[in-house]
Amino acid sequence: MRLGLALRELHRSETSLAAFLYEVSDRHRVEHEVHHVARDLAGWSRAHVRDLAEAGERYGLSLRGTAPESSGLLAPVRRKVSELTGRRAETGLLLLADLRRLHRRTAGVSLDWELLAQGAQAIKDHELLELAQRCHPQTLRQLKWSNSMLKTLSPQVLVSG
Amino acid sequence: MAERDAITDPWGARTPYGPGDSWPVRVDSHLADGVRAEDVDRWVPSAAVLHSNGDGLEIAVKDGRIVGVRGQADDRVNHGRLDPKDLYGWQAGASPDRLTTPLVCEGGRLVEATWDEAMRRVVTRSRELLDEQGPSALGFYTSGQLFAEEYYTLAAIAHGALGTNHVDGNTRLCTATAAAALKTSFGCDGQPASYTDVDHADVIALFGHNVAETQSVLWTRMLDRLAGPKPPALVCVDPRTTAVARAATVHLAPLPGTNVALMNGLLHEIIRNDQVDHAYVEKHTVGYDDLVQQVADATPERVADICGVPPEQIREAARLLGGAERLLSTVLQGFYQSHQATAAAVQVNNLNLVRGMLGKPGAGVLQMNGQPTAENTRECGADGDLTGFRNWANDDHVAELARLWNLDPMQIPHYAPPTHLMQMLRYAENGTIRFLWVSATNPAVSLPELARVRSILEQDRLFLVVQDAFRTETTEFADVVFPAAIWGEKIGTFTNVDRTVHLSEKAVEPPGAAKSDLDIFLDYARRMDFRDRDGEPFPAWHDAESAFEAWKKASAGRPCDYSGLTYDKLRAKNGIQWPCTAEQPDGTERLYVDGKFFADPDYCESYGRDLITGAPTEPDEYRSMNPDGKAMIRPAEYLSPHEMPDEERPFALITGRTLYHFHTRTKTARAPELQRAEPEVWVEMSERDAKECDLEDGDLARITTARGAVQAKVRLREIRDGVLFLPFHYGYWDTEATSERAANELTPTDWDPASKQPIFKTAAAAIARVEEDR
Ligand code: SF4
Repeated sequence: MRLGLALRELHRSETSLAAFLYEVSDRHRVEHEVHHVARDLAGWSRAHVRDLAEAGERYGLSLRGTAPESSGLLAPVRRKVSELTGRRAETGLLLLADLRRLHRRTAGVSLDWELLAQGAQAIKDHELLELAQRCHPQTLRQLKWSNSMLKTLSPQVLVSG
Repeated sequence: MAERDAITDPWGARTPYGPGDSWPVRVDSHLADGVRAEDVDRWVPSAAVLHSNGDGLEIAVKDGRIVGVRGQADDRVNHGRLDPKDLYGWQAGASPDRLTTPLVCEGGRLVEATWDEAMRRVVTRSRELLDEQGPSALGFYTSGQLFAEEYYTLAAIAHGALGTNHVDGNTRLCTATAAAALKTSFGCDGQPASYTDVDHADVIALFGHNVAETQSVLWTRMLDRLAGPKPPALVCVDPRTTAVARAATVHLAPLPGTNVALMNGLLHEIIRNDQVDHAYVEKHTVGYDDLVQQVADATPERVADICGVPPEQIREAARLLGGAERLLSTVLQGFYQSHQATAAAVQVNNLNLVRGMLGKPGAGVLQMNGQPTAENTRECGADGDLTGFRNWANDDHVAELARLWNLDPMQIPHYAPPTHLMQMLRYAENGTIRFLWVSATNPAVSLPELARVRSILEQDRLFLVVQDAFRTETTEFADVVFPAAIWGEKIGTFTNVDRTVHLSEKAVEPPGAAKSDLDIFLDYARRMDFRDRDGEPFPAWHDAESAFEAWKKASAGRPCDYSGLTYDKLRAKNGIQWPCTAEQPDGTERLYVDGKFFADPDYCESYGRDLITGAPTEPDEYRSMNPDGKAMIRPAEYLSPHEMPDEERPFALITGRTLYHFHTRTKTARAPELQRAEPEVWVEMSERDAKECDLEDGDLARITTARGAVQAKVRLREIRDGVLFLPFHYGYWDTEATSERAANELTPTDWDPASKQPIFKTAAAAIARVEEDR
């Protein structure tokens, strides 16, 4: 069934969103709010991945239940680079670029949840619909977060330096 | 009139009273050695400035010098009482090491200069940066210790004349979460309850609020209730066994950083026992169902595992809270400076909302302040919020303010939330804020992760202006230092935790060439030649009383309405609670009496923020969630703290304050009694932990975190196992030591995303004996 495809796609995009949140967190170690909140929000995506893997079983999919809990082997390097360049105004542009990318990726995940919810309704899969209703609002909150960070941080980056 | 040794007897003799009775008067006083009451030339009205309680007092003046204080018997706040800091702290003003002349930095050293020279440097640098980069290069960091007139003037200059978004107060460190929690629940800042609620409550619940030390006169009020007939039950949440905890019926000592989990557990029980005031909830609130859902599985057992509090204790506390007929809840730093600060403080609001405990005698919430004039920082807009609790995201509010100031609305930044202190610091770190003007605060000791703070303040590319009464750890990084007049040397108004406005009169002349903060700000404005739309000088006012009249106009029609007050009215009766208007000439004891809130979408100060992500709520989202302006019940999930104890650093470190000192001790260490009471930093730990670390009472220990180290003498105290406590007041100006003394060497750079208040209560730490000791 195509719904399985949608599930698989969403599982993939949530997994990569979690990884990207850690990456952004580490790359901007010196932007403390971005650093910490991105990790908190990666926790939501990891929980979504776990729940999606469980749901996948009912559709005969074998999906990994665990998303990575860090940005991988490069994490220390990313943090170090962030600290070394943290005194330069130019890193502001890099931050905006990353937040922009994050926002678009999160928007993709949000759309995937919407598709899944539509499909779940069409085949009257209550459990799957309930999952979407539980998780999708968190994706929307992630989306609002990256949007608000962009709005808040961009004026300073754009008028200085 | 009673004289007592307030160091050994901080709370004084009991004057018991019962529910609904008036708190008996007890006038406390202290005069300099050898001065008798009949020798005093003048008694000058004022209120306490070394904490947030707002105790009304009179300053004794003899031969042009301050020689003592006495409590004001008819003041609604203290009924004559004074605490140790009130009684002894005034001596600091006459210290020989006051700043008496401006200083400028020459070849790396601060040297004396004239006002003209010092101001010229500040004005020149301001102009250069405005030309090069615009207002985003300039930031202002003020205090919780100036007067309303001064904050209002600063807000007008920074937000209006210059148009920078970078303005904040050190209230960010102590009451930002109070403001954020009130905005979240009620759409607007403004203290709901009143101190008089202590007189009526049958249960008083103190959440992370060590009132015995932080507002000790308020504690004497509670002690007098406890000593009287039908005393209230106390619920205390604090990892330390404080004086409050010892007097409590139930004491919960959660692991630092787990407040939200604990609150959810308490709310779970109250909902499960159906102790909810459904009629109130139905009529006056939105969001209840979300709360029910959120706390559904926060059973005492589950929560107990997270918080390290036995489930029976959680049940017992919930029984008291749920059974209260008049529930007064208070909140302070144990919540505000901890992980998930706003989310936790909001759950206290939720508790009172679901119980319908708001706006009636004995039933209310006190989201406390730390500093004497923090309320004014918030309402005047010197903490970045727009003047008069206006909503930066509401164009009509901005337009109204622009009309008031006769400026173009575009001149007032409102494209994004005001820049909070920690973000300003980051901008200074990356070189995009290049001018920082610090007034009446000492960031080089009070901010987290001091090594980082110092490295930012010492940069050559940052032009630092510091305005203070003394040289401090911060002035040493300054390009220009302005000598400021302090309490007793200038006139102005200020407002305490429960919205009580006092007029503080000038008792004596400031030393040397020191000037009031108001005069300094206005001098800068004139030299910068700021003009309004008609080419008139801006700000239009010129002294304290004209500034107060201007502020009254700015506050009129807003929740913090001062329009019914004048200096003369306060001279006749000091201590009136806002809102005070033509209709309410005697002020307002409690807000939200009729279940009406300031939360209407067109009127509210804030549309709120996501409690987890901190993202501001969009206007239309708010409007659809709360079209009728009701109180908002906002649940939150528990998240684990960002830094957890581990094998290498097995302790949770919390920092805090003591009864005898205020902030970074610039004043209290110059009052001999207070200084002698606690001259040196110490660390508290439990006996069991000490044994395991091979430490004994009095040993010198070294406490370390990922950021740095502090050396302190060990005190064995009743504190939960696994937790270390360090007072944060101690810096370096009065010691040989140049490092390892300030608690903030250890704290992390991390803040609550909703209130932007830094976290001082969750850091992973290790402790070991300093070897040469013993
Ligand atoms: S000591 Fe802390 S709580 Fe007290 S006023 Fe200062 S910042 Fe606020």
